[in-house]
Amino acid sequence: MSDANTALQDRIRTSLSATRRWHPAEFVFWALAFAAFFLFPRQLLILNEIAIIALFAISLDLILGYAGIVSLGHAAFLGAGAYAAGLFAIHVTGDPLLGLAAAIAISAALGLVTSPLVLKGNDLTRLMVTLGIALLLHELANSMGRITGGADGLQGVVMKPLLGRFEFDLFGKTAYLYSLTVLLVLFVVARRIVHSPFGLSLKAIRDNRLRAAASGVPPARRLAAVYTLAGAYAGAAGALLAQTTQFVSLDVLAFHRSADVMLVLIIGGTGYLYGGIIGAIGFKFLQDWLSALTPQYWQFWIGLVLVVFVLGGREIIHGGIKGLLRRVPFGRSRTKEGAQP
Amino acid sequence: MLTLLFDGIAYGMVLFVLASGLSVTLGLMNFVNLAHGAFAMAGGYAAVILMQRFGVPFLWTLPMAFVLSAAMGLLLERLLYRPMYAKSHLDQVLFSIGLVFMAVAATDYLMGSTQQIIRLPTWLQGRFDVLGVSVGRYRLFVILLCGLLALALQWGFVRTRFGSRLRAAVDDARVARGLGIPVNALFAFTFAMGSGLAGLGGALGVELLGLDPTFPLKFMISFLVVVTVGGTSTITGPFLAAMLLGIADVTGKYFVPQIGAFIIYAVMVVVLLIRPEGLFARSRT
Amino acid sequence: MTAALQTFGLSKHFGGITATDNVSFTLETGARHALIGPNGAGKTTLVNLLSGVLAPSAGRVVLMGHDLTGLNPEARVKLGLARTFQINQLCASMTTLEMIALVVAERLGLGARLFQALDRQDAVIRETADIVARFRLEDILDETIATLPYGKQRQIEIAAAFAAKPRVLLLDEPAAGVPEAERQELLNTVAALPADVSVLLIEHDMDIVFRFATRITVLVNGKVLADGPPQAVASDPRVKEAYLGEAIHG
Repeated sequence: MSDANTALQDRIRTSLSATRRWHPAEFVFWALAFAAFFLFPRQLLILNEIAIIALFAISLDLILGYAGIVSLGHAAFLGAGAYAAGLFAIHVTGDPLLGLAAAIAISAALGLVTSPLVLKGNDLTRLMVTLGIALLLHELANSMGRITGGADGLQGVVMKPLLGRFEFDLFGKTAYLYSLTVLLVLFVVARRIVHSPFGLSLKAIRDNRLRAAASGVPPARRLAAVYTLAGAYAGAAGALLAQTTQFVSLDVLAFHRSADVMLVLIIGGTGYLYGGIIGAIGFKFLQDWLSALTPQYWQFWIGLVLVVFVLGGREIIHGGIKGLLRRVPFGRSRTKEGAQP
Repeated sequence: MLTLLFDGIAYGMVLFVLASGLSVTLGLMNFVNLAHGAFAMAGGYAAVILMQRFGVPFLWTLPMAFVLSAAMGLLLERLLYRPMYAKSHLDQVLFSIGLVFMAVAATDYLMGSTQQIIRLPTWLQGRFDVLGVSVGRYRLFVILLCGLLALALQWGFVRTRFGSRLRAAVDDARVARGLGIPVNALFAFTFAMGSGLAGLGGALGVELLGLDPTFPLKFMISFLVVVTVGGTSTITGPFLAAMLLGIADVTGKYFVPQIGAFIIYAVMVVVLLIRPEGLFARSRT
Repeated sequence: MTAALQTFGLSKHFGGITATDNVSFTLETGARHALIGPNGAGKTTLVNLLSGVLAPSAGRVVLMGHDLTGLNPEARVKLGLARTFQINQLCASMTTLEMIALVVAERLGLGARLFQALDRQDAVIRETADIVARFRLEDILDETIATLPYGKQRQIEIAAAFAAKPRVLLLDEPAAGVPEAERQELLNTVAALPADVSVLLIEHDMDIVFRFATRITVLVNGKVLADGPPQAVASDPRVKEAYLGEAIHG
C-alpha cells in the first residue's frame, strides 16, 4: 500500500505547488517592466506613478481579495506613510531607504492599532469605521498645519541620492527604478505569503469564518496580522509617493484615493496580486485619457466606469482575462476562481 | 449658550430629514446608498433654480423639491438600483460612489462650482428675542417644520397599515412576500419617499448647510453617522442621533474651531466599536 | 475512566427562551453516543455550546479534564474537540485538498507561518494523504468544493473535522441533506472512525441511531429527558410520549 500512498503524496505535493511556482509569463512581465526604463525614457514619471498605484492596490488586495475585509478608508495608510516619509526626510535624514523603513514601520503600527476596530461588526460597520478613520486622519493632517503644512501640503522634502549614488532627477529615472524595485521586492514577499499556510488560512477566514475557527484557525489574530501587513504595504506606497515627488499633499488622505484604489482592483481583479498591477496600468491609462478629453469633469467618467463595472461589466472583463489565462499552458490556472470578494 | 443649543437643534433637524430616507432604505432594502446626498443636492438646486429663474416663492419650492427628488428616486430605483439589491455591500458602496462622482461632476458642469445662495422671504429673515435667547426665524421655522415631519414619519411608521407592512418587510422580506405584501412596490415607493425627503432636506438646508456641487461628498459622512449611530429599525433612533450630531457639531465648532469635524468622526468610530448596530437600535439577538 | 466530555448544569437563554436547560451529561471515552430529540429540542444549540460557538448562560463544559469556559472555538479544536455542522460549512472557493491541508497545517502548528511553502512540509503532506485515502477523496482532490455534489461535500465536512485529530468528535446530523444513494458511503465512514475517538452523534434517523450508538441521550425542550443504553431508552415511556406527542402536535 505504501506505493499508492507515496503516489498520492506526490500528487498532493504537485497540486499544492502548482500555483506557488512562478510561471514563465511572470518573468517576462517583470523583465518588460524593467525594460520600460529603456523603452519609454520620456514616460518615466507616469510609469513611476503606476508602480506606486500598483503597490497601493496590492496592499488593498491583501485585505480585500485575500482576507475579505472591506475598507472605504485605505488611503489612511497611504497618507500615514507619505507624511511619515516626508517628515522623516525633513527632520531626520533625507536617505530614501531609511525613510522608507520608517514609513513602513509607522503605517504598520497604525494598521496594528486600528485592526481591532476593523474586526468588529459586519461589513457595513467596517466600511463606516475605515471611512471614519481615514477622515479622522485627513482632519488631523489638515488642522496640524504647523507640522504637516495643512492644505498647502508638506514642502521642503529633499531626498538624498539613493544608495549614496543615484540622484532623484527631474525625469524620474531614479524614481522609476526605485519604485519598481520596491514594488518587485514587496510583490515577491506578498506572493510568498499568500501561498503559505498563513495565506491559506486567510482564504479560509474569507470564505467561511465559522469553518476557519472550527479548523483551529484563530480568525482575529490572522486578520489583525494581514491588516498590519497591508498597512505596511500601503505605507510603503505612500513613502514612495512622497520621496519621488518630494512633496506630500493633503490630497493623499482624500476620500477619492480610497475610491480610486478600489476602482483599480475592480479593473484588475482581486485575489491574485497581479490584479493590482494590471488594474493600475488600466486605471492610469483611463485617467489620462479621460483627463485629456475633459480636463475638468473626468471624475464623471470615472464614476460612470465604476457604475458600469459594478453593474455587470466586471464579469465580462474578468471572464475575458480568465479565458486568456486558461489558454496559456502552464498547468492548472487557479488564479481567479472564486476570487471575487 | 442656549442660542447655540437652538442652532444645533435646527441643524440636527435638517440632518434628520436628510438622513431619514437613508435610514429606511438601509434598513428596508439593506442597501448602502452613499449617493443619498445626491438626491438632497438635487432638491437644493431645484429650489434655487425655481426661486432664481422662475420666481417661485420659497415656501412653494419645498414641496416641489420633494416631488422632483422623489421622481428622480423612483426612476433611478427602477433602472439602476434594483439589480444592485442582491449584490454585496461592497459592490453597492462602489456603485453609489460612482453615482456620486457622476452627480458631483455633472452638477459642477451644469451649475458651476460656486456656493448657491437662497434669498429667504422677509418674514423668515432675522432673529428675535425669546426670554433673552436670540432665536433665528428661519431656524425656528426649520425646527417646527422638521419636527412636524418627524412626528408624521413616526406616526406613519408605527401606526398605519403601510407602516406595519414596511416594518414587516424590513424584518424579513421573504416572509413579507409570502404574506402577500407587494415588496417590490413597497421598495420603490419607500425609495422615492426617502429621496423626496432628502430633496426637501436639501432645499431646507441651503441656508443652514450651504450648497455646492461637493455637497454629497461633504455630508455623506454626516448622513452615515446619523444612520449608524441611530440604527435603522426605528424613526426615533436616527432622530436622536441627528440631534446629538447637530448639537455636537455646532457647539464643537464654536468652542474648538480647529477640531471641528474631528469630533464627529471620532464619535462615530467609538460608537460603532461599542455598539455596532447603532446606539439607539432595537437590539436583535 | 475519565470522561472524554462532560457538561455540568449547562444552560442557555435567549431573551425569554431557554434553549438549553440545566444539561448535565457525560460522554465516555471511546463512546458511540447519540443525542436525539424532537425538532427544536435544542440539539444544535447544545453542540454550539460544546464547541464554543455560543457562550453558555450558566454551567460548564469540561473536555478531558480541561474546563472550556471562555475558550473560543479554535482553542477548543487545539484541545482536541472537533465538530461538523448540520449544514455544510466549507470553504467554497477552496479545493478539497486545500481544505484538508488547511486543517492539518493548523494542527501541526504551521498555520501562522508566513514564508513556508505548503508543498515543502512533508508532515503536512503525509497526514493529508492519510486523510484523503481514509475518506476516499482522491477523485475529487483538485475539485473546487463549490462544484461538488452535496454528498461529497458532506464527506469532506467529516474529513475536515477528523483531520484535526480530535479526541472528541461532534457530528451534527451527518446524513442530513445527503441523497439516499450517497448515504451508505457516509455512514460507513462514520462507522469506521477509530475506537479511541469519542463520538457524539446528533441524528433524527432512528435506523442510524440504533445501528451506531451504544448510548443515547434524549433531549426535549432543552432538558435531558432520558439517558442510557439504546434498548432502555427505546422502551422508556416518557421518550415515547415525547415523540408521539410531537407527532400529534408537530
